[in-house]
Amino acid sequence: MFDDFFIRALVAGIGVAFVTGPLGCFVIWRRLSYFGDTLAHSALLGVTLAFTMEFNIAISVFVISSVLALILIQLQKKTNLPGDALLGLLAHSSLAVGLVVVGFLTFIRFDIMGLLFGDILAVSVNDLLIIWIGGAFILLTLKFIWKPLFASTVNYELAEAEGLNPDRAKAIFTILMAAIIAISIKIVGLLLITGMLIIPAAMARNLSSSPQSMVIYSIIGGLLSVIIGLFTSLEFNTSSGPSIITAALLLFILSLFKIKQTIKLKN
Amino acid sequence: MSTDQNILVKLNDAGLQLNNKWLVKGVSLQVEKGKIVTLIGPNGSGKSTTAKIALGIYKKIGGSVEKYTNKVGYVPQKISIDWTLPLRVNDFMMLTESLNKDTIDEALSLTGVIHLKDKNLGDLSGGEFQRVLLARAISKKPDLLVLDEPVQGVDFTGEIALYELIKKISDELSCGILLISHDLHTVMSATDHVVCLNGHVCCSGSPMDVAKNNEYKALFGEQASQILSRYEHKHDHIHTDEGEIKKN
Repeated sequence: MFDDFFIRALVAGIGVAFVTGPLGCFVIWRRLSYFGDTLAHSALLGVTLAFTMEFNIAISVFVISSVLALILIQLQKKTNLPGDALLGLLAHSSLAVGLVVVGFLTFIRFDIMGLLFGDILAVSVNDLLIIWIGGAFILLTLKFIWKPLFASTVNYELAEAEGLNPDRAKAIFTILMAAIIAISIKIVGLLLITGMLIIPAAMARNLSSSPQSMVIYSIIGGLLSVIIGLFTSLEFNTSSGPSIITAALLLFILSLFKIKQTIKLKN
Repeated sequence: MSTDQNILVKLNDAGLQLNNKWLVKGVSLQVEKGKIVTLIGPNGSGKSTTAKIALGIYKKIGGSVEKYTNKVGYVPQKISIDWTLPLRVNDFMMLTESLNKDTIDEALSLTGVIHLKDKNLGDLSGGEFQRVLLARAISKKPDLLVLDEPVQGVDFTGEIALYELIKKISDELSCGILLISHDLHTVMSATDHVVCLNGHVCCSGSPMDVAKNNEYKALFGEQASQILSRYEHKHDHIHTDEGEIKKN
């Protein structure tokens, strides 16, 4: 069944969408889109590391992104630079270092476009296992930390005062962000991962009135984007990442009409 | 039960230092089951900070806090909710603890906002939101309630009703309450213990004791002193025109 490259890409994309849906909601609620971007930029370094050491890409990306997240937290404590400047600094310097390292790796055949924008030909059965097992693990962990994470997103002090330990939830969530980037890099590409997190969730925000419904709409939006995007990619030979994100954008635009209707009804 | 077992939270010489400046220092107080402790003091005197120290929100504090319960309900003074969150009153009620429908309905009815249950949190007025905050804090039947100006923005009749409710809750659940209020009038009738803050504890005791205290008078003026003492109407004394108290 997984012999066909397209089936593999489809199964991989669907797995990714199930995880980016709920995580993307938190990225929007906690205003972490630039944080996600920064982690994603560092992924290139992880990929080059994987190639030189002949190591699994997802695991090495996960390790590098987690390390970057730790560095960021330390820098936030020790410097007076504003958060967005630190994020920009880390995002671009890790991307630059990654590209420089790629330049040195002339002995390896390297599909840089596929890495940056996703490639449906690149998904192996092994990748499927990593996406689905890793994805299930991410979702279970998220379910476990949902209450403290969500409560502290609404109000940190309430969560802390009522004994929910929001700091631990936040640290675990950071690791989950690194993990989702690691598992979605093949299908979406490292430059567009944040789009996959944010756009379906933004669409969902337009349609929902409760956190739970936003998560469900976000997953549905992600699934539709992946399916439409991958078929487009197959049909017109476009990169998978941009095709998926364009599909997500179209869904977002459609969701704006729903808002218009609601506002009309209110008046 | 000995008194010690009734203690819910105890501050020993506690304080908080921020950028080499003490926001509040040397606060010792304790909240016991079924008792209401009220913090009063001018703006910037460290009332909210003291409440947050008692709640364990700050990690690096001077002195120590002993907290004997984890069932805590908190109504913060300021709460900024991000409206990127789609959040209805009903979702907000279950923020820190999963509650069944009846418990939620009961709490919302007590504070008079049951009709707002399915409304979006962002669509509430300030007073309505305050009532929801209070309902959320009491719904989980906590051992310790920390209420930081819980009736701000609530209309006058509502204010009195809510203070009566707070007193009732303290009796019925026998939970301890740490209350912060500017409204000396309404609060004092129900309070067991008053702590007057001004960067440090300037005086503390029963409402009557505090009212008589000279430091308190200096801080709030003579009139406030009369307000406090008026609630101790056991008729064992009369109030003279100068605000002095004469024993019968």
